[in-house]
Amino acid sequence: MAQHQVNYASAGGLPVALTTVDHLINWGRSNSLWPLTYGLACCAIEMMASGDSRYDFDRFGTIFRASPRQADVMILAGTLSKKHAEFARRLYDQMTEPKWVISMGSCANTGGMFNTYATVQGVDRIVPVDIYLPGCAPRPETLQYALMMLQKKIRRESANMNRNKKQNLRLI
Amino acid sequence: MRKYVPKDNVQAKAYYTDRFHVVPSVLTQDVSTDEIFSKHLEILSSKVEIKSAYIQIGQMRVEINHQDNYRAIEILKNECGYEMMSEMSAVDYLAKDGTFEVFYQLLNLKERKRVRVVCRIEQGLAVESIVPLYKAANFSEREMYDMFGIVANNHPFMKRILMPDDWEGHPLLKSYPLQGDEFASWYEVDKIFGKEARDAIGPENRDPARIDRYDTKRFSRVGREVPFGADISDGEPETPIEYSTTFLVDYNASQTQLEDRK
Repeated sequence: MAQHQVNYASAGGLPVALTTVDHLINWGRSNSLWPLTYGLACCAIEMMASGDSRYDFDRFGTIFRASPRQADVMILAGTLSKKHAEFARRLYDQMTEPKWVISMGSCANTGGMFNTYATVQGVDRIVPVDIYLPGCAPRPETLQYALMMLQKKIRRESANMNRNKKQNLRLI
Repeated sequence: MRKYVPKDNVQAKAYYTDRFHVVPSVLTQDVSTDEIFSKHLEILSSKVEIKSAYIQIGQMRVEINHQDNYRAIEILKNECGYEMMSEMSAVDYLAKDGTFEVFYQLLNLKERKRVRVVCRIEQGLAVESIVPLYKAANFSEREMYDMFGIVANNHPFMKRILMPDDWEGHPLLKSYPLQGDEFASWYEVDKIFGKEARDAIGPENRDPARIDRYDTKRFSRVGREVPFGADISDGEPETPIEYSTTFLVDYNASQTQLEDRK
């Protein structure tokens, strides 16, 4: 949100802050990113650590939600098997707009070391990814950084999601 | 034409041979050397046909006909005290002699003895399920079916256990490539978006660490660099690594070198 010097005295005693609707909405969205409680593999352990008191996601307004209906962010934390891909996509579809995806760790990004028949070679094959987070597994600080990058991205976007450039996958 | 490569074993192989590797040999003992095993084998051989039996690493290995598997394991359980089945699965020997080796690893807790019951079946044949004897065989037989396609007759729930129900192929067969066939590579796309989305999504990038022969920008071919943009489609000039000579110090002639530079 744009920071404006507010001089109460010269503004006739009224507390006035000037901003745009985009900024206001994005301020709200970016500071209450609710991820889905959804772990796939060992990266989920780091994701849980990020949520706990030492790293404390709550101070970003990031509170894990147990239902996709209440979630804005899907953190795909770990190896996505081909059997499970269908369900991951279903959960993504159940999330309400606007929604974002963080692909956490090498396995989610590219399939990682699991170059096999049973692993999805990159979750961007099934959901549009906003942030790719490298590491095996990424430390909680890294996930925090990814979340802050996502906040930055949201603040830069238009509040009208239709005007934002997304991958074609969203249309399918 | 492309060179023909046999498809019956497409598993990855070591690309080197270790000249100094000595294949370890396991001491094979006769069953008569062990009192308890010979007693058990005697009970077993009186009722089913034994093809071979020996002791290796303290375990008895008994080979039987695949039709006798239920009967043999029943005898071992009820009369010889092998009350636990720790493992069972199959091994693919299709490329060698067209058969699978189905093995059952049994454990006698009281006498601390392990026995492995082995039988060979041809492809397409089924074994009898041993779930009535050991509950542990339930998932193992489903896994054997999932991974090898070997059906266990009279199994209570003969269904794939690891792979999705609509999966094609049995992944642990040696003829199944590790990175999957075409069905496997498009599975999630076909399932979620339908076949028409294949073009939009594109094929899998299976090897992100692949070194591109013609990539001269990412230092991936140290010692074989060619000028950027050079056409190397018809082969490339051999460019051995050149070390700078001017900044190397020759300690024998250091004084002359320093004077030369001056």
